[in-house]
Amino acid sequence: MSVKVLIPTPLQKFTNNQATIECDGSNIDQLIEALENNCPGIKARICDETGKPRRFLNLYVNSEDIRFLEGTDTTLNDGDEVSIVPAVAGG
Amino acid sequence: MTQTPIKTTKGSTFTNLVSKEGGVKYPLEALNVCEETFSPLEVAYDYDEIRRQVSRESIAAGPNSIWRYKAFLPVESENPIDVGTGMTPLVKSNRLARRLGLKNLYIKNDAVNMPTLSFKDRVVSVALTRARELGFSTVSCASTGNLANSTAAIAAHAGMDCCVFIPADLEAGKVMGTLIYNPTVMAVKGNYDQVNRLCSEVGNSYGWGFVNINLRPYYSEGSKTLGFEVAEQLGWELPDHIVAPLASGSLFTKIYKGFNEFVKVGLVEEKAVRFSGAQAEGCSPIAQAFKEGRDFVSPVKPNTIAKSIAIGNPADGMYALDIARKTNGNIESVTDAEIIEGMKLLAETEGIFTETAGGTTIAVLKKLVEAGKINPDEKTVVYITGNGLKTQEAVQGYIGEPLTIEPKLDSFERALERSRTLERLEWQQASI
Repeated sequence: MSVKVLIPTPLQKFTNNQATIECDGSNIDQLIEALENNCPGIKARICDETGKPRRFLNLYVNSEDIRFLEGTDTTLNDGDEVSIVPAVAGG
Repeated sequence: MTQTPIKTTKGSTFTNLVSKEGGVKYPLEALNVCEETFSPLEVAYDYDEIRRQVSRESIAAGPNSIWRYKAFLPVESENPIDVGTGMTPLVKSNRLARRLGLKNLYIKNDAVNMPTLSFKDRVVSVALTRARELGFSTVSCASTGNLANSTAAIAAHAGMDCCVFIPADLEAGKVMGTLIYNPTVMAVKGNYDQVNRLCSEVGNSYGWGFVNINLRPYYSEGSKTLGFEVAEQLGWELPDHIVAPLASGSLFTKIYKGFNEFVKVGLVEEKAVRFSGAQAEGCSPIAQAFKEGRDFVSPVKPNTIAKSIAIGNPADGMYALDIARKTNGNIESVTDAEIIEGMKLLAETEGIFTETAGGTTIAVLKKLVEAGKINPDEKTVVYITGNGLKTQEAVQGYIGEPLTIEPKLDSFERALERSRTLERLEWQQASI
């Protein structure tokens, strides 16, 4: 499953300063592993010690927060767009 | 474009940005999250320097605006953007207090803050002053309405370009109150959390200063002035209990920080202040977490008339939770019907017309009193943060109508008699 991933500025040092990259994965967990293969070091920034996405990062699949879906088990389909967005904004 | 030259002050009191989790230090740039953990960045100060610079007398002799507290704010310009923001009335409540059974209630009335009638003018005055110092010529924000009003107005005053993002379904008054200043307005088909995410994605690509994203550490400090003013207006004393609305939770945490800073530099005596927060039931992720004893906030999809505080994914939610718990406060939510009653109650007893967020806060105040969670003798300050003229839709159909009469004495007399009869009937039905 090829999906488009939006990378926030603080993580773009792992992606050669690319703001979006194409990646494969049939769910979010797998996508994070695939990101790590393409951009070594990025997983430790996205996830905490327990391997789950950090609490100050929000992940969205096609604009929907994965906490309203199946979390990191959320299924991905070809052409989906995944955004990784720092949570501390707004208000 | 010509802009006012920026003069900088010697002896800046703010030193760096620091990660709220882990304490990693960052330079004083347009940054809002720690690169390691993504936790929020906060402005750090040299409190010894502040103590050297300020006294009760020097503050009292300062401008009649938030800039009397400039030593506590993260700007270095000698001429910050001052449009008369702050120093709003702190009203001792008699009639609302009596109605609720409280003896020591005060209302901090930011419904009449300048220039755009909400507390947001405080944070925006600070953010745009800092934006100018950092060299931004375009400013932006993700807003539920009030912030867009304020950013557009103060950007116009400062001669900065402005592009604001709002949910497409905002109240007419909030939209018009932005458009009049002629910024670019993006009405996003989605709720505030979606607007916010979009703005985070727009992020740094355009070189804009987003007041509540990349300038957020500076911006949010402006809310401390709601704490400073209350302390000064109470005669250099902290209250016993405050009740404030919760949207992102930022305002709540900054009032707390403001009180603590005044204690730290010796301007007021230390005191245990209880912090209670108000949410609308249709968007109450922080109140739900409080009730369920959770230390994390699960996002919700907002569905309430209190649009200005309808943030389903609050950035500072867990910090607000922590403060309410450690100060022995509460976080409560109320229904839309109670919010309208809260707006009417404040208007009828105190002559203050607040928006839905203020109705929420008053309704929560009432609920906490009825539940015995506010002691009648506690010196309680309730924060009213926005103006009712901006959310007229909310009360339409819930308030009276004018009595239309002919320009004749007997028409007037008949109408008056009719209204008195109606009033009597209402009085007879009222439960005592």
